[in-house]
Amino acid sequence: MVMAIKIGLEIHCQLTGLQSKLFCSCHCDYRDREPNSNVCPICYGLPGTLPLLNQKALEFSSMISFALGCKIPSKILFYRKNYFYLDLPKNFQITQYNAYGITSIGVDGKLEYGDGKCARIRRVQLEEDPGRLVYGESNIDRSFYTLIDYNRAGVPLVEIITEPDFTDPKDVRIFLNKITSAIEHLGVCNTRLEGSVRCDANISIEGGKRVEIKNIGSFRETEKALNYEITRQKTMSIHEIEIKAETRHWDDSRKVTKQARAKEEEQDYRYFPEPDIPTVILGNEFLSSLKTKIPELPDDRKSRFIKDYRLSEHVSQVLIDNKELADFFESAVKIYSSPKEIANWIVSELMRVMDVNHHKYSKEERSLFSDLKVEPKHIAELAKLVDQNTINRNTAKKILNQIIKNGEMPAQLVEEANASTIDDSKVISEAIESIFKSEESAVKDARQNPNAANFLLGKIMQLTKGRVDPQIALDLIKKKLIETN
Amino acid sequence: MTKLYCLSAGEVTTGIKNLDFSAEEYIFQILERIEKIDVKINAFTTVNKNCALNTARSIDKKIRDEEKNIGPLAGVAIGIKDNICTRGLKTTCASKMLEEYVPPYDATVVKKLKDSDAIIIGKLNLDEFAMGSTTEYSRHGSTRNPWNIDCVPGGSSGGSAASVAASECAVSLGSDTGGSVRCPASFCSVVGLKPTYGCVSRFGLISYANSLEQIGPMGKTVSDVVLVMNSIAGMDDNDQTTIFGVPNYRVQPKKNIRVGLVKELVEGADDEISKCIYNAMDLFAKSDCKCEEISMKSIEYALASYYTIATAEASSNLARYDNIRYGFDSSPDTYEMNTYFAKVRSNFGEEVKRRIIIGSYVLSSGYYGKYYMKAQKIRSLLKQEITSLYKKYDVLITPTMPVLPFKFGEKIDDPLKMYNIDVDTVLANLTGIPAISIPAGFSKGLPIGLQIMANESQEQTLFDAASLFESTANVQRSPEL
Repeated sequence: MVMAIKIGLEIHCQLTGLQSKLFCSCHCDYRDREPNSNVCPICYGLPGTLPLLNQKALEFSSMISFALGCKIPSKILFYRKNYFYLDLPKNFQITQYNAYGITSIGVDGKLEYGDGKCARIRRVQLEEDPGRLVYGESNIDRSFYTLIDYNRAGVPLVEIITEPDFTDPKDVRIFLNKITSAIEHLGVCNTRLEGSVRCDANISIEGGKRVEIKNIGSFRETEKALNYEITRQKTMSIHEIEIKAETRHWDDSRKVTKQARAKEEEQDYRYFPEPDIPTVILGNEFLSSLKTKIPELPDDRKSRFIKDYRLSEHVSQVLIDNKELADFFESAVKIYSSPKEIANWIVSELMRVMDVNHHKYSKEERSLFSDLKVEPKHIAELAKLVDQNTINRNTAKKILNQIIKNGEMPAQLVEEANASTIDDSKVISEAIESIFKSEESAVKDARQNPNAANFLLGKIMQLTKGRVDPQIALDLIKKKLIETN
Repeated sequence: MTKLYCLSAGEVTTGIKNLDFSAEEYIFQILERIEKIDVKINAFTTVNKNCALNTARSIDKKIRDEEKNIGPLAGVAIGIKDNICTRGLKTTCASKMLEEYVPPYDATVVKKLKDSDAIIIGKLNLDEFAMGSTTEYSRHGSTRNPWNIDCVPGGSSGGSAASVAASECAVSLGSDTGGSVRCPASFCSVVGLKPTYGCVSRFGLISYANSLEQIGPMGKTVSDVVLVMNSIAGMDDNDQTTIFGVPNYRVQPKKNIRVGLVKELVEGADDEISKCIYNAMDLFAKSDCKCEEISMKSIEYALASYYTIATAEASSNLARYDNIRYGFDSSPDTYEMNTYFAKVRSNFGEEVKRRIIIGSYVLSSGYYGKYYMKAQKIRSLLKQEITSLYKKYDVLITPTMPVLPFKFGEKIDDPLKMYNIDVDTVLANLTGIPAISIPAGFSKGLPIGLQIMANESQEQTLFDAASLFESTANVQRSPEL
């Protein structure tokens, strides 16, 4: 049964590219610090403190708005969102709100993704991250106590809210890849840091109410949570069980969504303008200087890859989807200008190894290259050796595997293994000569059955440690068989 | 022996700098005075005894060593309202919620005072979280009016006014959200200033209603208030709502001021008070000032607008007092989170609870437009009206309070009656303009204050008018105690 699906996203992205928090001078980088050591009277919400708006955060968040095709208003306000929660030092969050003609830092944008698909961006807003709760047990329900770490409180967060324009979780994945690449290219966020990007979602299927899924720890989990939720809602619908509007939490360990523990009623956040932060006038100067600060964005970079390096659409897209790969590629090309060869090595060989590691560290997203000792110079040299026929592709693959483990230069490895391709047919003939002598019965078989020649080839490859071009060797074997018959 | 504690701030600094007496002698007398008098007045929540004496000694040493950098408030004993953060010194807001709270930092004004070599003599009583007009809503008990200890001293900076009137300190700081400096200044016959919004840093002032309040000085004379303002005013990197300006105020009684008397506010006051204000106008007229009665149309909505905005902001500001990061001893063991919040927050006083409830209500969805937005519209209307008035007048005068100081408990059971007495003062907070209360006379032995308001950032005009009035009216400042 086909049922219409509507999915909208709420993406949170920490501005890890900043030095300090949104309203004080504490470090923006709160990770791996003693709990509650990265706090000051302001982010701790002590009585009498006032927020001091980080101007650079305005710049970063408007860059994101720009990259998402949003309108950036000439003046903005901050609002207080009032609610009680343990991780919120002031029991209100300073955020933005669209009301009475004043909007957040970005509105009404759109972002194209995949093959000509497009999602509308409702708004982009700048706000503060709350602290972090650490449960005695991994699970909140089983925990007897909760610890609060305010190191994260006040870290600048950009929230991107889309219209419910998605129908397929796969599209969501592609869209999120695009967003990730965009914010990586802007240099505003290191998306590989744990928890630096999160994406909650809302989803409804035909005839059902809107269900929100929260607590999704990483972008990769979003697709899983959506798939689970679609199955759940469809099953309910088939059994004619009403799908109620509710908030569900994603249980990362069990890969299911669960009804939020506390009954979350319709909360009234009592928004009102933050009196301690005067209205921010962005002005024309800010907006025009912004455009000069925007670095090359993924779409432009992709076009350039296709045009300047003559890469295929597909290969360009794969590289661009991950800024690290695209940067790696361009560094290698700078060293040795053979874009297609280098791109192929990255996309078909390197990424295969990366995928393996990717799964291994699925919880904590780390650098793609974190466990690999390979650098652009290695791939550049490898491509050069192949281009110059110093080694064949099979050998190159083996060498790549060694590089990944020990980081040695390809030429060095080739020399050590004496692995350069033997293209001297005299040397090959000598090898064949000696095999024909030692494997007389096999030679006899081969004369009856042409397929048995492969056995002889195998022996030759063994003798030369794979350094001969197998096609040349096979031709020579066949010639020899005829000659000696 | 000279009564050093009776001296004005200017006299104290001069005396100490001229080696007429030492800061230590002076502070010692002040401490003695507090010990003797404060059992009656109850102006102090904390006396900073040892620290004050040590600071006095170090100032004396600086003067003996003929160091160059002697501050403009050298040795002056200043009291700080107990909602302004003082590093290492309890700051309670007269609330159970902060009864043991010791701030780890100094408010900007406190830092500036210390840099001026003033001596923080102690923390002063107030209505809980500065919400009130009588200082009756204090966890430390009411402060008493030095002119008649059966009467309220006004509020919420009751301790700040009473301590100055009772000569327990030379000058003090209060905070003024809807009249909290001027009301007690009027009731205790001292001078109290609410500066232009943004003129003095609020960093370290525990917020009640951020968009309305300012810290303001109180003293026995206009010149003492000016002296303190020159130390505390100015732009502050820690408060983005402060406005540009380097304070350099002077005392220069000036004639030929254009004075407008706000008819509605004078007529609304008790008879003896209106009479006193008309007399004040006559005094201005005698000093070659052009005086006129004027009418303000939107003034009747000011009080409603004020209480809507103030309570809305308060309801949010006070949300942080959940006893999790600081507060009083109360174990959260066995409590569910929300139940714990409810339990600890029941320790707010009645008036604070009332304002949190009103504020939450006016901000709630469906009522926001009806109340909060409307209140903000009135605010802009008032601002427009007042701006056009200042094209014709240098200052506007009104009573500070529409009533005389009254007996304890007289209005406490009727919150609306209590709110109504703020009718004259809230205008300056809603429009951000500076306003000063200055002693204008007595009736039945109780003080009456004159309020003078100038246009935004026109503090100097305000001081000119105030010192002119001060020199011609010559009203008594300190009662016999």
